Amino acid sequence: MLTQIWLMPTLPLLGFLSLVLTAGTLPKRAVAVIGAGSIGLAFLVALSVAIQFLASGEEAVTQSLWVWMSVGGFNPGFSFYIDGLTVVMMLVITGVGFLIHLYSTGFMIDDPSYSRFFSYMNLFVAAMLTLVLADNLVLLYLGWEGVGLCSYLLIGFWYTNPENGYAARKAFVVTRVGDTSMALGLFLLFAQLGTLNIQDMLHAAEAEWQVGSGMAIAAALLLLGGAVGKSAQLPLQTWLPDAMAGPTPISALIHAATMVTAGVYLIARTHVVFELAPSVQELVAWIGLITLLMSGFTAMAQHDIKRILAYSTISQIGYMFLGLGVGAWSAAIFHLMTHAFFKALLFLGAGTVILSLHHEHDIFKMGGKRKQLPVAFLSFLIGGLALTAFPFTSGFFSKDEILLAALALEGPGTILWLGGVIGAFFTGIYTFRLIFVVFFGESKGHDQEKEVAGWNMAGPLFVLMLLSLVGGFISIPVDAVFAHGEEHAEHHVSTLIHGIMIVVPLIGIAISYLFYCSGQLSIDKLMASKLAQSLHRFWFSGWGMDKLYDGLFVRPFVALARLNSKDFIDWLYGLLVSLTRWGNALVVKSQTGYLRWYALSIALGLAVLLTLGVTL
Amino acid sequence: MTLLFYLAGAVAVISTLCVIVQTNIVHALIYLILSLLAVAVVFFSLGAPFAAVLEAIVYAGAIMVLFLFVIMMLNLGQHSRDQERSWLQARGWILPGTLAAVLLVQLLNVLLVIDHDFVPTEVGVLEVSALLFGPYVLAVELASILLLAGLVAAYHLAKK
Amino acid sequence: MQGIPYEHGLILASILFAIGLVGVLTRRNIVFLLMSLEIMLNACGLAFIVASARWEQADGQVMFLMILTLAAAEVAVGLGLIIQLYRRYHTVDIDRLSEMKG
Repeated sequence: MLTQIWLMPTLPLLGFLSLVLTAGTLPKRAVAVIGAGSIGLAFLVALSVAIQFLASGEEAVTQSLWVWMSVGGFNPGFSFYIDGLTVVMMLVITGVGFLIHLYSTGFMIDDPSYSRFFSYMNLFVAAMLTLVLADNLVLLYLGWEGVGLCSYLLIGFWYTNPENGYAARKAFVVTRVGDTSMALGLFLLFAQLGTLNIQDMLHAAEAEWQVGSGMAIAAALLLLGGAVGKSAQLPLQTWLPDAMAGPTPISALIHAATMVTAGVYLIARTHVVFELAPSVQELVAWIGLITLLMSGFTAMAQHDIKRILAYSTISQIGYMFLGLGVGAWSAAIFHLMTHAFFKALLFLGAGTVILSLHHEHDIFKMGGKRKQLPVAFLSFLIGGLALTAFPFTSGFFSKDEILLAALALEGPGTILWLGGVIGAFFTGIYTFRLIFVVFFGESKGHDQEKEVAGWNMAGPLFVLMLLSLVGGFISIPVDAVFAHGEEHAEHHVSTLIHGIMIVVPLIGIAISYLFYCSGQLSIDKLMASKLAQSLHRFWFSGWGMDKLYDGLFVRPFVALARLNSKDFIDWLYGLLVSLTRWGNALVVKSQTGYLRWYALSIALGLAVLLTLGVTL
Repeated sequence: MTLLFYLAGAVAVISTLCVIVQTNIVHALIYLILSLLAVAVVFFSLGAPFAAVLEAIVYAGAIMVLFLFVIMMLNLGQHSRDQERSWLQARGWILPGTLAAVLLVQLLNVLLVIDHDFVPTEVGVLEVSALLFGPYVLAVELASILLLAGLVAAYHLAKK
Repeated sequence: MQGIPYEHGLILASILFAIGLVGVLTRRNIVFLLMSLEIMLNACGLAFIVASARWEQADGQVMFLMILTLAAAEVAVGLGLIIQLYRRYHTVDIDRLSEMKG
């Protein structure tokens, strides 16, 4: 049963191979068919697998292809594991991935590296599917690094601009910090539990570790490090805003909908370890809260349409972490899914805006575009409403669940809830600031351009709009996965709490309206004071994190490297070299060029050897 | 036969000595041929008629003729004899002579320990050829390839 | 028939070998050098024949044949080289050809 699981990562991989081996010689139409088609087929396979799986009523299914390596007791295999969590992830990846691929066939049509783009995209989907389907942490790590590689390649896609290359390197290096931590976590888990098969590992962890024991805390911390790096959470969030250097569909696929949520997936997948380390789990919640607040502030200060969305992504993943931290595993995964819908929609809408306006990124150079760009406007409106958790959009349900779970938590629950609500307030402000500035008010240029939206670009947008609106009514089949860890206590909360959660984002929208649309409140007045200006600068630079890391890590490292450029260690080897040279100069004297001299030495050697042979 | 062995051996030693001290290159070559023929006789006395015949034909015949041709092509006359004489200084012989003597003494030292008389039995053409075209057939083929390579190389090297 | 002590055969081979060696070491004329080399090779062949006679095995003679072949090929190549050298440097003095040194 379910024998076609292996097809899911294989189809995109085949797409990648056929595109990469033809090296851009195929016509664009064929590239589009292969690139988007392979993902479309993968989605169909995922759909059939999901239906069969859910119909079978089993808790989990494993398909083992072959053993990767077998060393001692360590034998990770190419084995795929499917349960409710995987079903959600694979449907999101292939479904949203397919829509974004379809959109890209239109978006990238004028790019000379059309085929290269789709080959990277296909490789990414293959790696991401490997990540979520893996039944052991080694295979998961393969996918994990694979998506990191694709992220690097795609951020630096337009490599002729050195800044893009810099952004790509930054993303790669910063996520590497997290990956190293995760690798250490894997070593620790294997050393302690003797297996890296996820389910066996989780059972062993439950059996062997006490709640709150040192080992559990260490393992959870190391895994958290990996998740934080991939999901751009504090303190490793600095790479994601720069990652917007890549083409916009990339930002939608990798840096919003799928890859950055891999950290959330990792924590959800290994939630047992985190439950064994409650202090770390609480840390997850706090990281999420602080990240969502900080990036909320930062998003309000940005000018670049994609950077605003990037910071909002960080902020929304912060919500997911908050959900994970308070033990609302399924709520976090639910938010992951709805976020994938509406954030992909927003990014693709932004892509339409950017493409239509000839690669204009600055929102203050747009204005009044709702007639000019109707499809993009509709995308932003619906995506924005879902993002701000407007009642009965998809974001409303998922965010609601997370916040209610936070409130239900004893101890710091109220603070976490309050922080989350404040974050929702900021979400309302920055989202509708973006919408009001771009689509309402006076036009500030770019009046002549028409909206670029062929069927292959508009189609995915409409599908995503629909999903963003009604995605909240989908029920995800993850109960079995988190069954033993989650309390399903009915939250009996007062209508006041519900009211607050509905009203607060609306207040944010209203404030944003007053400032940016109606003009009753003036930004200029607010910005007049020195304090406001310096705060704005501070937030604009993302809380100065880049500068901080520059001073803390980059500069000392560069200084150290410069110090070592004289190579003290090298002297030792230099000594060896000069010793060899000296020896050579000595021996070279015996090489006279006279043949008879050589014959003489041979004869002499023979005499010596004979003497030795006779006497010894 | 024994007498033949010692006689031919003496001739071989003396004529070989003459080869290395000669200044006239053609004379030296004639002595070398003599030496090789003497060795051929030694072979015969040791009961290896096939080897003796080959020694006479290939060594003393073919190879030495090759030398002769080259000497004629180089056209080394009176001038080269004077040069040879000037090169052959007495002190040039001291070191090689001693070294060779040492080596010889060592070899003799080893050889004189063993003392077994034997009567040379003839190992005829039949046995040799049976071996050559039996177990050693591959070696024979390889030797032929080596000769071919030598032929091509010599032709190429000596080309103008 | 009186036997020949087989070490005497080997002694003869050693003497010839030593003489050839002296020739290689003393002569500056490259043709003499090659001739001395032939003497040494021949001495080796003699040793093989002696061994063949001592153990009444034909293998020694086969080895002699191999040496013979080797010598023929070597002489052919060596003489070709000598002709080429003489053409280029107009000398047969081996000491003049000492450019390949460290």
